Amino acid sequence: MTPLTLFLGCVIPNRYPGIEMATKLCLAKLDIDCTDLPEASCCPAPGVFRSFDSPTWLAVAGRNLTLGEDMQRDILTICNGCFGSLADANHLLKENGELRISTNAYLSEIDRQFKGTIDVRHIAEFLYSDVGTEKIKEAVEKPLGLRVAVHYGCHLIKPSRDRGLGSFERPRFFDELVEATGSISIEHPDKMECCGAGGGMRSGLKERSLAMAEHKLSKIKEAGVDCIVNACPFCHMQLDAGQQEIEKVFGKDYNIPVLHYSQLLGLALGFPPDMLGIHMNVVQNRDFMEKLKLSIEDN
Amino acid sequence: MDDWEQFISNRKYYITEKMIMKENNVQEQLKEAGIDILKCMQCGMCSGSCPSGRHTSLNVRRLIRHAIRSQDVLEDEELWMCTTCYNCQERCPRCIDIVDAILKIRSIAAHKGIILPEHKQVIKLLLEYGHAVPIDEANMKKREELGLERFPETVHKDIEALNEVKKLLNVCKLADIIDQ
Repeated sequence: MTPLTLFLGCVIPNRYPGIEMATKLCLAKLDIDCTDLPEASCCPAPGVFRSFDSPTWLAVAGRNLTLGEDMQRDILTICNGCFGSLADANHLLKENGELRISTNAYLSEIDRQFKGTIDVRHIAEFLYSDVGTEKIKEAVEKPLGLRVAVHYGCHLIKPSRDRGLGSFERPRFFDELVEATGSISIEHPDKMECCGAGGGMRSGLKERSLAMAEHKLSKIKEAGVDCIVNACPFCHMQLDAGQQEIEKVFGKDYNIPVLHYSQLLGLALGFPPDMLGIHMNVVQNRDFMEKLKLSIEDN
Repeated sequence: MDDWEQFISNRKYYITEKMIMKENNVQEQLKEAGIDILKCMQCGMCSGSCPSGRHTSLNVRRLIRHAIRSQDVLEDEELWMCTTCYNCQERCPRCIDIVDAILKIRSIAAHKGIILPEHKQVIKLLLEYGHAVPIDEANMKKREELGLERFPETVHKDIEALNEVKKLLNVCKLADIIDQ
């Protein structure tokens, strides 16, 4: 297995540090060789910075990639945005000679050069392909039995020609990862639909962005689940903090708990909710916390 | 006059149609980037697949037609209603890289000063902190409560690394977009 280095990005360490902790606990428990990646910056966020100035987006992403190259470790991302930026940039810089030359001209100003020696991974596809659901099932100490609305998020699987993770219309790998924790993935309408946060919508056109999240939440509520599980802190923020904002803007109270996959896996591997920062989410659902407590006691 | 029209009319640098044609031909820049929107047959698969279009006025089919016909597309509010989910690009029967085209048109607009104030703020944060979402006091406390270090292992903890990022952003002239 190629050694890894963990790219934190912005939203996880600076808004949802529980996901950072949960990821580190899970990686250690599964005995995966993954170090910190000091000196990294914003990936930079694909929807905004790629919209404003593509050469800058590519140069900053290129710098982050050289940090991983220096360590001779593949970069592990835990955010669809970071994955989108770094995997796309890595692909472009490896394949397109002209872009590589122009980006390296910028990077030479800070004594760096993109070499193209590493890969960029996302924790969901890494766990599925390189660890495998069987090994995860073996490591599970507390099968959770939760009814879960799985939210893939867009940039984990699209653009599909670059990701190579199979069907973007009806993928299954993330559902299988959730099921490996002893939970059930509940099908629901518009399951694959965008949360509405990307492309600068959450920062620039907040209310319309929330209308998209509200639609998703309404479909998830109808399906009747214990929680939503995502693979991206920006989707996480939109679906978690967004519920409070939706209550203010649209007067609708959903109160659906939201977990990142690292937190769900952390629970199944036997870590208490408080260690995983689940109590730090905006949505605090007493029934859900009670259910987690009971499932821990039952085991 | 709605907010967007007000915003457009208030822009510091008013660009005449002629100037845009000369300096910023959208078609030519897309062609240079290897994106051929002229292949579009206006079938509407894109707008039918667009999750934003269910909740906003974004009509991708119309937006692409606008880009084919006129430089005015740079001032089209709908440019900024795309979440970049890629559904349209995945399903386009003519294999047009629609999202890549939208990103490219946005960047031409941004370089002409057509950019939302909230997005300028995101640029300022990156320029100052190296993070588009920087740490705050409440989250430093959360980190400590979890047993993590107060500052994450990123440019937040390493001033030399932050200076390196700032130098790179300076070389790339990112600040030009907000200084207009």
